[in-house]
Amino acid sequence: MKDFADLFTTIDQTTKTSLKTKALAAFFNTASDEDKLWTIALFSGRRPKRAVTTTQLREWAAEVGGIPLWLLEESYPIVGDLAETIALTLPPPSRESDLTLTHWITELKSLAALDIETRKARILDAWDQLDPTERFLFNKLITGGFRIGVSQKLMTRALAQATKQDEASIAHRLMGGWTPDTTSFHDLIEAEDVEADESRPYPFYLAYQLEDGPAALGSPDDWQAEWKLDGIRGQVILRNGAHHVWSRGEELMTDRFPEFARLTDFLPDGIVLDGEIVAWDGTQPFPFNTLQARIGRKTVPKKLLKDAPVILLAYDLLEQDGEDLRNVPLTERRARMDAVLDNLPEDAPLKAAPPLPFDTWDTLAKTRATARDHRAEGLMLKRKDSPYLSGRKKGDWWKWKLDPLTVDAVMIYAQQGHGRRANLFTDFTFAVWDGNDLVPFTKAYSGLTDDEFRKITAWVRKNTQQRFGPVRQVTPHHVFEIAFEGIHASPRHKSGIALRFPRMSRWRHDKPLQEANTLDDLKEILHTHG
Amino acid sequence: MPNSVLTFTDRGIYCPAGDFYIDPWRPVDRALITHGHADHARPGHRRYLCTDACAPVMRHRLGDISVETVKFGETRKIGDASVSFHAAGHLPGSAQVRVEVAGEIWVASGDYKVVPDGLSEPFEPVKCHSFITECTFGLPVFKWDDQGEVAKDLNAWWAKNAREGKASILGAYSLGKAQRLLTMLDPEIGPILTHGAVENTNDVLRQQGYGLPDTIHVTPDLNAKDHPGALVIAPPSALGSQWARRFGPSSTAFASGWMRLRGVRRRRAADRGFVISDHADWDGLMQAIRDTSAENIYATHGYTDIFARWLNSEGYNAQVVPTEFGGEDDEAAETA
Repeated sequence: MKDFADLFTTIDQTTKTSLKTKALAAFFNTASDEDKLWTIALFSGRRPKRAVTTTQLREWAAEVGGIPLWLLEESYPIVGDLAETIALTLPPPSRESDLTLTHWITELKSLAALDIETRKARILDAWDQLDPTERFLFNKLITGGFRIGVSQKLMTRALAQATKQDEASIAHRLMGGWTPDTTSFHDLIEAEDVEADESRPYPFYLAYQLEDGPAALGSPDDWQAEWKLDGIRGQVILRNGAHHVWSRGEELMTDRFPEFARLTDFLPDGIVLDGEIVAWDGTQPFPFNTLQARIGRKTVPKKLLKDAPVILLAYDLLEQDGEDLRNVPLTERRARMDAVLDNLPEDAPLKAAPPLPFDTWDTLAKTRATARDHRAEGLMLKRKDSPYLSGRKKGDWWKWKLDPLTVDAVMIYAQQGHGRRANLFTDFTFAVWDGNDLVPFTKAYSGLTDDEFRKITAWVRKNTQQRFGPVRQVTPHHVFEIAFEGIHASPRHKSGIALRFPRMSRWRHDKPLQEANTLDDLKEILHTHG
Repeated sequence: MPNSVLTFTDRGIYCPAGDFYIDPWRPVDRALITHGHADHARPGHRRYLCTDACAPVMRHRLGDISVETVKFGETRKIGDASVSFHAAGHLPGSAQVRVEVAGEIWVASGDYKVVPDGLSEPFEPVKCHSFITECTFGLPVFKWDDQGEVAKDLNAWWAKNAREGKASILGAYSLGKAQRLLTMLDPEIGPILTHGAVENTNDVLRQQGYGLPDTIHVTPDLNAKDHPGALVIAPPSALGSQWARRFGPSSTAFASGWMRLRGVRRRRAADRGFVISDHADWDGLMQAIRDTSAENIYATHGYTDIFARWLNSEGYNAQVVPTEFGGEDDEAAETA
């Protein structure tokens, strides 16, 4: 664990991506295969199964630290990370050890089979032989996403450097449903046969936001335009008679969307399609909240299947007859896809997302203005001769979104952030006027600069009216412009509405409290755009 | 509050028997000042009283003020109150204020730390009935490592940067923290450069006889290339500024108790964060409170609600003192 802790310390002590990559590559050159495999797993979101609850962990830490539980609970929002809070609270260890990362993960996995008292004894025994940094990492293995300033992209790059492979092929190898229990470092990274896992998707190509309009992109003839749909980006894979559905977040969603099982009946084998999964009303997508009902369900009740059926609106063909097409130009991939999808039955859960015709950027801008009528967030622009790259790369794919909807709202509650934003008030609840009352209608966390967060934090501390645990009710005073992408009716919310992607777009220092928008204004927006 | 030797007003801590305030935040006739930090020593009072060790810095920062001084431990009668100043260990010249009226003793701690730093007059525990304590770091997650251990890390960082041809730029508050760090540095590693705000304070303290290592003032005409392997001490605001760019390739660090928290460290976006504070840590606060033998504790500056609740659960009679800014404002963060 000491080499892994040293790696963490090095990474934590720099803000430079190049130095982080170098440190991680050095680790990949020296660590054991099993430690390397677990490191890859952790930085690609694959954690060991949780063997103790965070509640148990808190109770035990408070007990060992000699403080009441409430005091640890109060410290947690200030520190902003439970694993760290616990590591900082525990007394110094009584002995030292240097067992491997894999040892500790194996230890955690073995706890599941033990009774609770034994689990507790084993956790306390671990704490008693780990130094503060090791303890923090050990706790991180238990408490949640293993986020310590290393992105999957950075890890992929370091691994590519260490193994002298190119980044895209490493990214491809890391896709799919593997865990350290189902593969080895050799099979995953070094073995020749990349396609060993038949469900393995391709790394998604992601678009950048187009900030200043398309004029700078050159001739419109070189570009293809599509609606930017508001669903779930997904890959549908048909190989060896089976089908697999992957989300962009690399989650296997095959069972969640049973509709796609029929695809094997009328599509040839050896195909991978990229597109947007949407709930479909027969002619166009339902609003996102209809699809939302499907996302959380691992098994889908019949009624929901009928009320919110999904289809894939496909826009790219990444594999045909088992052949990787990613280096073929978009126009040809598109033509091949259209040929494959040509004879689908009308009720198939799959349609081609049609390119939008346009001659000039001006006509395209007019089309874009009607996006909301088509349940789209804006447009996608794709260069016709471009290959299918991996990850977010500038140049060939752009999203040209509609300007967001906005409303001016009053801040009424504030809560401290986590991680890098710990000790700063960053999470706010906003309200609009309903007569003389302020009705909360949304939360927002992002959009302000660090400097603005510091200013509002100082203000919150001086203007707290009441505390509810970590939440502070503040004097209604500040007005913020809230930008959002969509709005829909929601009986679960007091205001009766819910927003999609709300964020703070402006701090309206110029706007007095009384001039914030009203609930009627929101209902009007709901009526027009909902 | 029966027997209230000190009361809490919208101008600050007030003593009715002596008609004076301690570290008031609005202009008053007579102000007793614990130490020179800007959130304690404010301008605009008619008369100031502080220790002779604290006065030079106050004059330096507040200009032409009317200051009377006392020695540490010397008793002064003000109205019906007996007043004396006792070392707080927070920075050179910093004091706690002991106030006795008709046998009832209160102590206002100002800011303090109980562990000697080798530069400030060491903290003196003072017995009292009521203790007004700061609690900037009044949470169990705040525990400081031994100063010698931090000094080792600090010097290792500096030496490594020097070997790699980089300047080491260390952000620290210009009064107190900066000078304490100076005494922790190993001058064998290289030259020590100081920002004007730090050097002006150094001058004041050197004239008083506090022992500080040699430093080089960074003036506009200073050529950074003439001082390879230097360590530069500057106020936190100077880091990342135009001013700091003259040193070329550099590694940056902050020194503060807040660096104990990873989130704060990362937000500062410096390469290193050294956990070194001039405030008492959790154990230090508890030790100081025990040593006063006080029954009534008034918590101010910091996580007052949580700290008071803890003290009550430990059998003290603890209350929260409302302060104008609380302890979490920028100034407290900078000086912590």
